[in-house]
Amino acid sequence: MIGLEFEKPVLELKGKIAELKEFTSTSDVDLTEEIEKLEQRLKKLEKDIYESMTPWDRVQMARHPERPTTLDYIGYLFTDFMELHGDRLFGDDGAIVGGVAKYHGMPVTVIGHQRGRDTKENIKRTFGMPHPEGYRKALRLMNQAVKFKRPIICLIDTKGAYPGKAAEERGQSEAIAKNLFEMAGMEVPVICIVIGEGGSGGALALGIGDKLFMLENSTYSVISPEGAAALLWKDAAQAKRAAETMKITAGDLKELGVIDAIIPEVSGGAHRNVAQQAALIDQTLKPALEELLQLSVPELLGERYMKYKQIGEYTL
Amino acid sequence: MIKDLFNKQKPKKKKYATIPTEASKQDVPEGIMQKCPKCKKIMYTKELKKNLNVCMQCGHHHGMTAVERRDSFIDEGTFQEFDAGLTSTNPLNFPGYLEKVDVDKQKTKMNEAVLTGVGRVEGFETVVAIMDANFRMGSMGSVVGEKITRAIEEAGRRGVPFIIFTASGGARMQEGVLSLMQMAKTSVALKRFSENGGLIISVMTHPTTGGVSASFASLGDYNFAEPGALIGFAGRRIIEQTIHEKLPEDFQTAEFLLKHGQLDAVIHRHEMKEKIAFLLDIHQQGGELA
Repeated sequence: MIGLEFEKPVLELKGKIAELKEFTSTSDVDLTEEIEKLEQRLKKLEKDIYESMTPWDRVQMARHPERPTTLDYIGYLFTDFMELHGDRLFGDDGAIVGGVAKYHGMPVTVIGHQRGRDTKENIKRTFGMPHPEGYRKALRLMNQAVKFKRPIICLIDTKGAYPGKAAEERGQSEAIAKNLFEMAGMEVPVICIVIGEGGSGGALALGIGDKLFMLENSTYSVISPEGAAALLWKDAAQAKRAAETMKITAGDLKELGVIDAIIPEVSGGAHRNVAQQAALIDQTLKPALEELLQLSVPELLGERYMKYKQIGEYTL
Repeated sequence: MIKDLFNKQKPKKKKYATIPTEASKQDVPEGIMQKCPKCKKIMYTKELKKNLNVCMQCGHHHGMTAVERRDSFIDEGTFQEFDAGLTSTNPLNFPGYLEKVDVDKQKTKMNEAVLTGVGRVEGFETVVAIMDANFRMGSMGSVVGEKITRAIEEAGRRGVPFIIFTASGGARMQEGVLSLMQMAKTSVALKRFSENGGLIISVMTHPTTGGVSASFASLGDYNFAEPGALIGFAGRRIIEQTIHEKLPEDFQTAEFLLKHGQLDAVIHRHEMKEKIAFLLDIHQQGGELA
């Protein structure tokens, strides 16, 4: 397990406990009492550390190399997932995956950004940063969902849309804009969940829906902390400061009225136990979907309109 | 002195700059002349303005303020502004943000980076939103998003077209994710307007990038641009760093987008009003075969 800087004390203590346990089992000296004491200390330490994470700690957690990806969650949240490929216009973008699945028995369409789980896969999936064909594939699958009246579930996890020459030539702006526009009118429930990094327009292009949730240690921002620091203070090294100033954590977004709820994470981060994390997502997702399924199409679209209409702060 | 003799052999650059006297300064008041950044021709500002800020020599389209744009596009005396008083707060408590907004308010005499209102274009009633790149680089924060959204809604109520002239560096960093969400808000409003049959015309002017190009700027039933305008999602430098490749000179210009099928047409500023008025005429209900 790869440890982050701020959680080092926890990991060190865990290591020590493991050592003592090993020692107890192989020698005559009984250290059970000491181990118990240390385990209690560990519990307290975990509570202290994981409950007082700074925004920057959460950024690290959201980017953790072992953080579960869209496909990891799909395996736990849905049964009988079938991946569907291609935008029918240009190609198939591995940075976005999508398909049909069953959620508690109900047919749904699920779409999400997909990071690679190792370098080779990351190159194939351009590090989860989509090209226009990715967004157009997503839109194609969403339109299909509407035709067959399937709810849409989007999992958001990207540093942003891919900044490349080909992406610009094929209309990155238009592809994102079109998704925002069309998602506003999808005549089925749309639920969006930020599971890792929600990076700017590239994230938003899968993010217009009736409910927007964020995992506790995910982030959602207009620009990466490094980018913000470079722009605002001409110094990318100030990313930590930017992470605080820019208000990018789930708690911040809840306070700003942008998201509907925060999905709690397994102590120490989602990667500690994917199955348990998927269950925590399920606990929020299921009632939300049940609620939305009660609404008529005009009610659904009317509420979606008002949800976005009220975002923003200004005075007269 | 002997020392000076030696110095003379190697003539040094003139040590002193001539500081013009107050009187001579007033001879050529600031801003009376302007140099075209493209062809370097020096022109009278007044003449340039008369030519709608298009260079008389090379045709380069200089920037336009929102007010200049309105005057060049809307029939005289028909414009009524919306939401002139709407102004930014500081939702993230970003240090120094409101001070910067205030400086630009003074500089541009605008409340924010977009001017919205209703007017006539060769007689056709139209709601317009005109962005001004001189106000915080035309960036979109809550006020820009709200003004544009309200303008779209007003166009819907009146049953008239919505025309937007974009000029923006993208999202307003100092409003963080709220500025990102203005992309969503304006797009959601455009969708409803469009579903009800509303006509959307987008004219991208220099520059139209980031979150603005990835929302309403690209959502017109017709997407146009002015010649030479920079239009794109990601910044040139970021792309070069990502793909380790030098980008072509014309990358992300209006002409580049046209070539790649991203625009309906590139329209010269001198023909803008006439061509858009033609489209507005095309969209009048109930034509009749003569």
